[in-house]
Amino acid sequence: MTSKQPEQSVKSYHSKLFVPQASSRPDTTPDFSHIAIPPPTDSHKPEVLTGALDMQDLAYGIVRVLGDDHLCAGPWVPEISADTLRLGLKHMLHVRAFDDRMFKMQRQGKLSFYMKSTGEEAISVAQGMALRTTDMMFPSYRQQGLLFVREHSIVDLMCQCLSNAKDNIKGRQMPIFYSSKQHNFFSLSGNLATQYSQAVGWGMAAAYKGEDRIAVSWVGDGTTAAADVYHALVFGSTYKAPVILNVVNNQWAISTPQSFASTGTTFAARGIGLNVPGIRVDGNDFLAVYAVTQWAAERARQGGGPTFIEHFTYRTEGHSTSDNPDAYRGKNEAKYWPLGDPINRLKQHLIALGEWSEAQHLALTEELSQSITAHWQEALAFGSLDNGPHWPVSSMFEDVFEEIPPHLLAQSQKIGD
Amino acid sequence: MANMNMIQALNSAMDICMDIDPNVLVMGEDVGYFGGVFRCTDGLYKKYGAHRALDMPIAEGGIMGVAIGMGVNGLRPIVEIQFSDYIYPAIDQIVSELARLRHRSGGEFFAPIVIRTPCGGGIRGGQTHSQSPEAFFTHACGLKTVMPSNPYDAKGLLISAIESNDPIIFFEPKRIYNGPFDGSHDQVAKAWSSHPLGEVPVEHYRVEIGSAAVVQEGTDVTVVTYGNMVHVAQGAINASGISAELIDIRTLIPLDIDTIKASVAKTGRCIVVHEATLTSGFGAEILAQVQEQCFWHLKAPIERVTGWDTPYPHAFEWQYFPSQKRITDAMLRTLESN
Repeated sequence: MTSKQPEQSVKSYHSKLFVPQASSRPDTTPDFSHIAIPPPTDSHKPEVLTGALDMQDLAYGIVRVLGDDHLCAGPWVPEISADTLRLGLKHMLHVRAFDDRMFKMQRQGKLSFYMKSTGEEAISVAQGMALRTTDMMFPSYRQQGLLFVREHSIVDLMCQCLSNAKDNIKGRQMPIFYSSKQHNFFSLSGNLATQYSQAVGWGMAAAYKGEDRIAVSWVGDGTTAAADVYHALVFGSTYKAPVILNVVNNQWAISTPQSFASTGTTFAARGIGLNVPGIRVDGNDFLAVYAVTQWAAERARQGGGPTFIEHFTYRTEGHSTSDNPDAYRGKNEAKYWPLGDPINRLKQHLIALGEWSEAQHLALTEELSQSITAHWQEALAFGSLDNGPHWPVSSMFEDVFEEIPPHLLAQSQKIGD
Repeated sequence: MANMNMIQALNSAMDICMDIDPNVLVMGEDVGYFGGVFRCTDGLYKKYGAHRALDMPIAEGGIMGVAIGMGVNGLRPIVEIQFSDYIYPAIDQIVSELARLRHRSGGEFFAPIVIRTPCGGGIRGGQTHSQSPEAFFTHACGLKTVMPSNPYDAKGLLISAIESNDPIIFFEPKRIYNGPFDGSHDQVAKAWSSHPLGEVPVEHYRVEIGSAAVVQEGTDVTVVTYGNMVHVAQGAINASGISAELIDIRTLIPLDIDTIKASVAKTGRCIVVHEATLTSGFGAEILAQVQEQCFWHLKAPIERVTGWDTPYPHAFEWQYFPSQKRITDAMLRTLESN
């Protein structure tokens, strides 16, 4: 060993393990003042086939349409009727009423599990409405709004959560792991990110067959760390797959802040290095989400390939019914969130347009609450997890393969004993 | 009929299926323009184009994820994983997604995918070009697992796999791509032209998935095996003169236990041979089923001859690879046991 080398290298070593911090913890006051919220007029709207590298500013800004005055401004104002906006508001209220009811039912022991999407309703509802019903959706577990837009039976959603005899997936998955081929809503899986590259493959197949359909997928901020997200971006970009890849940045992955995956930059910026346009959008702005989704869908249909959209939003509630957010973030952090509540913002916009009123809002909220209650009673009539009726036990052995092979038949007969 | 090696037989199967059905395509690393590192997809790019012999980025997890999406949208992808040693990055997509999709969606969605992957040792492939990872997949419900041992079966089984709506993992023992290998590594390699099962119909035919083959009949001991080891075991049986019944299971899941049962009922003795490591290998499953179903016929404990529980070595390949001698010794021990 020589005496020269080590001394120098000790001096030049300055690396320290960096661990990101949370926006707040239970013993601190939430503060989002460091987040710059640009006015709607700040962003630009490129032609749909613009190269990713010519629109990098969109990855670092925030596309917004609704200003603080609740009116539309800027280049992204979509052409959308008041009727459509009212429908969007209704869907969002419907999702929230559904979530609230199901959460309560879990607390009363009627459901084993539930996950709300409170504060994120604009993303799934506006995107669902901006897509065509023939487009294929590969969601994560917090895009239930898509099913409301596609007018999935509410009773059937409840039956899935109850795992009863009317559950279309035969009691095989936990609540909220919906699947609906009829509504082009892909089967949910517990394994995060897996659906992202599957959506790309689906889009590749559509392009291969010359179909005018696109695939859309969603992950959360935490899930962007998974390899499948990188795979989706690489394969999507390589083959110019007609897909929209969404990141719902709701700031939290269970107890882990988004800073553990965002690496000090925006998620949208991640697309640029792979030649995929990244657009960050105000996820609580129904009109902005709608406009950006329309743009990305058009780009995909015209052969421009994928768009990577980061929806900047906030997870108002706990991660799931099995989670207590007060254990890892400041109490009521959502109240400090600078982009507000998506339902309230669209409501105020419609009121500002003279197309809505507090009285109408109250009446609709009440109507939806009552219909949810009625649907719940109807769903319960088809059975519950604890008391049944369920699918026959032997159905457990079906659909493992297209036909039941001998070894499964033998096991099925054993359980029947 | 034509004389084909396994590569040509597999190529013929893919060619026929691509010709019949425009939704069938091959995809993977180097499978397109170049025709595959083992030449299995040779000529398909020229005949069917870049869209159907689809070169892919080097990311097994990505390839599998994309293939599942394609399968859901009506295509029938034949995915090549260049070496089965490199299948692990795709395991989440295979086990959590592909295998369970039909079940978890109540039968609404499925992806009719064949995963072709060269496996096994005997080629100085060291740690990451020699593995036999089939037991990782036989443990995953919802997958069918196939491993042919000759060109005739390779083509017929692959056609069945491509035409099946279930996901199938199709292991190809690369040591026998060009000729049968009986473990005699110090002798000149044989070609498939010297073997009756190197005679392959040029047209479409199927070998049923889930059916074992009795390679040769015998009365004193049943030897259950698959892949490479069929030929090594056959060499051991012929050289020893033992009257052993040799069964090539061909499909691991679903296992044709009836054929094995009938044989063990006759011989009363059984040994299981595979190249993969011993502990929790597929041999344990075969052994358990034979013990459960043939207990009163058994005259001796069932033995397993397998790779050792070590990573596959480079220098000690022929001490690792199950030899004819080890198989013969196991048969003799079984025969001596009362």
